[in-house]
Amino acid sequence: MPLDANDLAAIWLTFKLASLTTLILLIVGTPIAWWLARTRSWLRGPVGAIVALPLVLPPTVIGFYLLLAMGPNGLIGQATQALGLGTVVFSFSGLVIGSVIYSMPFVVQPLQNAFSAIGERPLEVAATLRAGPWDTFFSVVLPLAKPGFITASILGFAHTVGEFGVVLMIGGNIPDKTRVVSVQIYDHVEAMDYLQAHWLAGAMLVFSFVVLLALYASRREKPSWS
Amino acid sequence: MQPMIHARLKLAWKAFELNVDLQLPGRGISALFGHSGSGKTTCLRCLAGLERADEAYIEVNGVVWQDSRRQYFLPAHRRSIGYVFQEASLFTHLSVRSNLEFGQRRTPPRERKVAFEQACELLGIRHLLERQPDTLSGGERQRVGIARALLTSPQLLLMDEPLASLDVPRKREILPYLERLHDELEIPLVYVSHALDEVTRLADHLVIIEQGNVLASGALAPTLARIDLPLAQEEDAGVIIEGNVASYDPAYRLLSLHVPGTALHLRVTHAPLAIGDRLRLKVRARDVSLSLVENDHSSILNRLPVRVGQQRAADNDAHVLLSLDAGGTPLLARITRFSYDQLGIHEGQQLWAQIKSVALLG
Repeated sequence: MPLDANDLAAIWLTFKLASLTTLILLIVGTPIAWWLARTRSWLRGPVGAIVALPLVLPPTVIGFYLLLAMGPNGLIGQATQALGLGTVVFSFSGLVIGSVIYSMPFVVQPLQNAFSAIGERPLEVAATLRAGPWDTFFSVVLPLAKPGFITASILGFAHTVGEFGVVLMIGGNIPDKTRVVSVQIYDHVEAMDYLQAHWLAGAMLVFSFVVLLALYASRREKPSWS
Repeated sequence: MQPMIHARLKLAWKAFELNVDLQLPGRGISALFGHSGSGKTTCLRCLAGLERADEAYIEVNGVVWQDSRRQYFLPAHRRSIGYVFQEASLFTHLSVRSNLEFGQRRTPPRERKVAFEQACELLGIRHLLERQPDTLSGGERQRVGIARALLTSPQLLLMDEPLASLDVPRKREILPYLERLHDELEIPLVYVSHALDEVTRLADHLVIIEQGNVLASGALAPTLARIDLPLAQEEDAGVIIEGNVASYDPAYRLLSLHVPGTALHLRVTHAPLAIGDRLRLKVRARDVSLSLVENDHSSILNRLPVRVGQQRAADNDAHVLLSLDAGGTPLLARITRFSYDQLGIHEGQQLWAQIKSVALLG
């Protein structure tokens, strides 16, 4: 077996983290994307910029601020303490929070584009056919934005899998808790265990390629409204 | 109480102001006619609740839909409307059948008056039910759009230039369906159009909108016959005459149409029709010529005694527009200024009108 138990644990942890992050982002990101796609408020610019920040910031910067925020004196830390959860730094929950913020633009932006592309007309049509706003969202917007949701899910998942800097800053390197694949590869290299690093890195390479292939193949299907 | 549609709308956008007070009959087809940018579509969108006018009072068949003084606004999805957009705007993620059922399923069962079968039959789309919208032709799509609107069993049907995005053959394909709606359903229809031929063929009531204001509003025939409206200046201007078939001569394929309540008979060639059938004819102003005496030696079939009413200069100043009264039926004539002076035409004069050709509508 080329991958040892620690490698498999790291893979499983990474999968758990990426799945949970993607799920949370779809729930949190959908209303944000909808608001960004439809609002005429001046807040649109600032909110859009904040959501996009992780695209340009070095992961260590995000990790640094998250570390402070999640610490005993930070905003998130105080909230989690008040809820009786203690601090979430160096825990799986902390990683999830970090990943949600880190991968946010990769979910919000495709959704926002999909919502914008639908335009006003289908919503008006639905209203004249007696569908209220919620009804319209679920029976018209969601199906029409399906390609956007697929793209958002794939990008959100894949980007979380590829996370390293943020994890290192707020998660550390705890087996089964915060040691994800990227950190595990780093450990192998540190330990001069290149063969082991090769196997894991190769697996990541194949995985990423397959994900992107799936993404581009699914895009050929037209997200159309005529 | 007579069913009525009442809409008082006022709104101001950057370079556009709308200020109208519409009183439309609660039955038949009311056309909102005007050039693009006149505000007719905005009126329709306000009626539907897709647009919210700053000041508005909208009442349909006794139910208030909007009253800005009371801050009351019934949202579009609560209004009993069927709306047909210029482009059919079918849901691409649904089959034709699911598109049709979309509104019907959301209509409370006790309000469902138009049956699924009836709507499919009326629009001739039964064979399209299992297709996807993107496999339909433009005309088919629009027919599905109309049926979909009908299936909410609305109290008011609204159509925004439903034929404008179609080519002429597709228009011809759909017009008969719209006429059937008119004849077979009791739902009042507000029809926005900038095409005079559609309006004259379909409408019962005509509202002319120009630069956000109502220029004229009235029953179709008398409004078309008004010489003071810019409509009379159009190349295609003319009056419509509705009547019943009084006789038919198969040898010459010639029918005689009698206008009820008058002595007026018009003769026109036509495929066989039964006595008593209703027909709508259009008599264009440019097809009416005038003579001081009845000319028995003419090939022109329709020669009517008329009394001259008002005259007005045409936009083209070589021509004069005249309104004529043919025994209670108004006519318009466009003649040359030369003939006008030669014959010494004046108001109140008795003349003979010769109608060169009579266009059939529907």
